[in-house]
Amino acid sequence: MDFSALGIDLETLPGAVPVRRARTSVELMMKACGAVREAGGVLVALWGGDDRDRGTGYTLHVALQDEAGLLLVDVALPEAAPEFPDLSRMFPPARRMQRAMFDLLGLRARSAPPAPGHPERRLGADPRPWLRHAAWPEDVHPLRRDFDAARRFPATQERYAFVKVEGDGVHEIPVGPVHAGIIEPGHFRFSVVGEKVLRLEQRLGYVHKGIEKRFESLSLMEGQRLAARVSGDSAVAFAWAYCMALEGIAGVAPPPRALALRALMLERERIANHLGDLGALGNDAGFAFGQSQFQRLKEDLLRANLGAFGARYLNDALVPGGVAHDLADDARRRLLEQVPALKQEIAGLRDIYDNHAGMQDRFMGCGTVTPAVAARLGLAGMAGRASSQSWDLRCDHPHAPYDRLEVRMATHLGGDVAARVEVRFDEVMESLRLCRVLLEHLPDGGTGAAMPAVPAGRLGIGWVEGWRGAVLVALEPDAGGAIRRCHVHDPSWQNWPLLEQAVIGNIVPDFPLINKSFNLSYSGHDL
Amino acid sequence: MIPTLRQILKVGIVTEAPPLPADELRLRDSLHGQILRTLGRALCIRQVDAGSCNGCELEIHALNNPYYNLEGLGIKFVASPRHADLLLVTGPVSRHMEIALKRTYAATPDPKLVVAVGACGCTGGIFGESYASCGGVGNIIPVDVAVPGCPPAPTAILQGILTAITERQRT
Repeated sequence: MDFSALGIDLETLPGAVPVRRARTSVELMMKACGAVREAGGVLVALWGGDDRDRGTGYTLHVALQDEAGLLLVDVALPEAAPEFPDLSRMFPPARRMQRAMFDLLGLRARSAPPAPGHPERRLGADPRPWLRHAAWPEDVHPLRRDFDAARRFPATQERYAFVKVEGDGVHEIPVGPVHAGIIEPGHFRFSVVGEKVLRLEQRLGYVHKGIEKRFESLSLMEGQRLAARVSGDSAVAFAWAYCMALEGIAGVAPPPRALALRALMLERERIANHLGDLGALGNDAGFAFGQSQFQRLKEDLLRANLGAFGARYLNDALVPGGVAHDLADDARRRLLEQVPALKQEIAGLRDIYDNHAGMQDRFMGCGTVTPAVAARLGLAGMAGRASSQSWDLRCDHPHAPYDRLEVRMATHLGGDVAARVEVRFDEVMESLRLCRVLLEHLPDGGTGAAMPAVPAGRLGIGWVEGWRGAVLVALEPDAGGAIRRCHVHDPSWQNWPLLEQAVIGNIVPDFPLINKSFNLSYSGHDL
Repeated sequence: MIPTLRQILKVGIVTEAPPLPADELRLRDSLHGQILRTLGRALCIRQVDAGSCNGCELEIHALNNPYYNLEGLGIKFVASPRHADLLLVTGPVSRHMEIALKRTYAATPDPKLVVAVGACGCTGGIFGESYASCGGVGNIIPVDVAVPGCPPAPTAILQGILTAITERQRT
C-alpha cells in the first residue's frame, strides 16, 4: 500500500516485528484507516496517551494491520478539546476501545452527524461508560498524568443503561458478575423468548484493577512481571511482547537459544490452554470423560513445565534480553520424549470426539459466526481462524525463531463450536511439531543479552501470537529507567462483541458451550 | 464406545493422596471443632474471582482433574453462595467487585469459612492498592486461611482448604 501517495510519511520502528509509524493529522489518519480497511486490513488496537507535559496535548494511537505488518498512526489531540472522529463505522471493534479511552483518559470519539433526513438515528460512538463502573466519577480520568493512583472515591451505585428488547413474551435473564462456575466475573444480560436468545448484551470491566496505571510506577526491567499477569493464561505471550517492545527500543536481539526457549514456552502455553478448553468443551456438552482425559494431559504438561522450567505456569520465565533460566539437557530430553506421547493420546481422543454423535450434535451449527460476519466485525485470533479469517503472526510476519519454523496455519470455514474445536485440535498438533523441532535443534549459547539503559521519548512495539490471538504491547520509556506509558492489548477486545453475535438465535443452555468455545479473557480486557 | 472404555481402562486411577493441613496458613479460628467436623465431611465451595488475572482460576480448575480428584474427598464446587460452606476467593479485590464480593459473603449461610488464594488474594500482590484495587481479600471480608503463591499449585490450594476445615493442631 502506498501511503506516501496519501501524503503520509512513515518511519520504520526498530524491533523484531515490522512496524511502520506515522505521526500525522486527524484527516490523514482517517485516510490511512480507510485505505487499510479498503485493502482488507484490520484494527489491532486503539489507545491514548497524555503528553500535556511535553506540550503536545493528548496522543491518539491507532494500530492497524495490513499485509506489510503493523501500521501505527499517532495523532496529537488538542488539550482543550481532545476529540477525534468515531472509527467504529470503519472498524467495529473500535467501539468499546473508544469508550474505554474516554473512561481512562478523557479522549472522546465524536459521532458522525445524523444521516440526512434521519435526525433520530444514532450513529457510531456509544456515549455510555465501559471500563468505568462506580470506582471513579465521570469527569475523572485515571490514566492522566496528574491523577494520583492512590486516590479513592466513595463507592456509588452504578446505573447502566442496558438496551431493552421489547415485545410479546420477551423476558430478561441477568447473569453475573459472580458466575456459577470457576470463571472470571462479568455480567451478561440475555433477552429471550422461551429458550431462544434474541439478544445478549455484555457488561464488562468488573476486574479493572488499574494495570496500565500500575505500569507507570514500575521500572522498565520489572514491567514484564506485570505484563505476564495481564491475563494469567497468556503469561508467556504478554511477557514476550513486553520484552520484545523493550528490546526493540534498546536495539538488543536476545541470543538464539533464548528465542527458541521463548517459542517453546509460548507453544506449550498454547497446548496447555487448548487442552484445557477441549476438555471443558466436552464437559459442557455432557461428556465428562473428555474433561477428565484432557485435564489429565494438561496436568502432565504443567508438571513437565515444573521439572524443566521450575514453575507450572511460566509467569516469571522471561526477562528483557532473554529468559530467566536455561533448559538443562536432561530436561530437554524429557520434554522431547513427552511430545510423541502427547501426540498419540490426543490423536486417540480426537477420534473419540469426532465419532461421538451426541457431542458433535451439540457442537455443529452451534454459536456460528459466518466468515462474512467475522470479516465485517473483525473476529481475531484462533476464533477468527475458525471463521476463515486467516491471520496468524507466526505465519504472516514470523519473527525469530518462527522465521525458520514454517508454521502451518489452522483455519476452518464453519465458524461454529465444532470449527473452534477442530482448529484447537489442529493447532495443538502443530504446536507439538514446533516443540519437537525447537527441542531437537535447540541452539547452543547464552540465554540472555545485557540490556543497556534506554533514552526517554521512544516507542517500542511487541506483537506476539498468543494462544487466543495476537497480543500487543506498546511501551514508552521515561527518564531514569521508568515506564512512561505501557498499553497492553488482548484480542479479547475484538472477540467479546462477536460472542454477542454468535449467541443470537441459539438457546440459553447452549450459551456456556458457545462461551467456552471462544474462552475470552476478562482480566486481559478489563485491565 | 469401545475406544472410550479402553481409554478409561488404560489410564486407570491416577488420583494422588491429598496434602496434610498446615497451621501456618491459618489466620484465625472462626468455627468450633464440632461444626468443622460436620462441614469437613462434605464441603461445598463457592469460588469467587474478585479481580484476579485468571492464573489462580487455572490452578483451582486443576483441583477437579483426576490427579487431585477433589470430589473424591467429599468437596465440591457449587453454583451459588447460598449452597456454600466455604468461599474460595482470588484477588486482588477490584473496586468494581467490592460490592459483589460483600454480597456473596452475605449470601453465604453461617457458619462459613473464607480461604483467600494467591499472592494477590493475600496482599494485593503486584497490583497493590489503588483507585481500582482494594488489595487483599482480607481488606473486604474476614479471611480464615490465606494461601500464597503466584499462582499457588493445586496441592497448596487443597492444603489451604483442608486447613480451613480441620482444627488447629494442639502443640
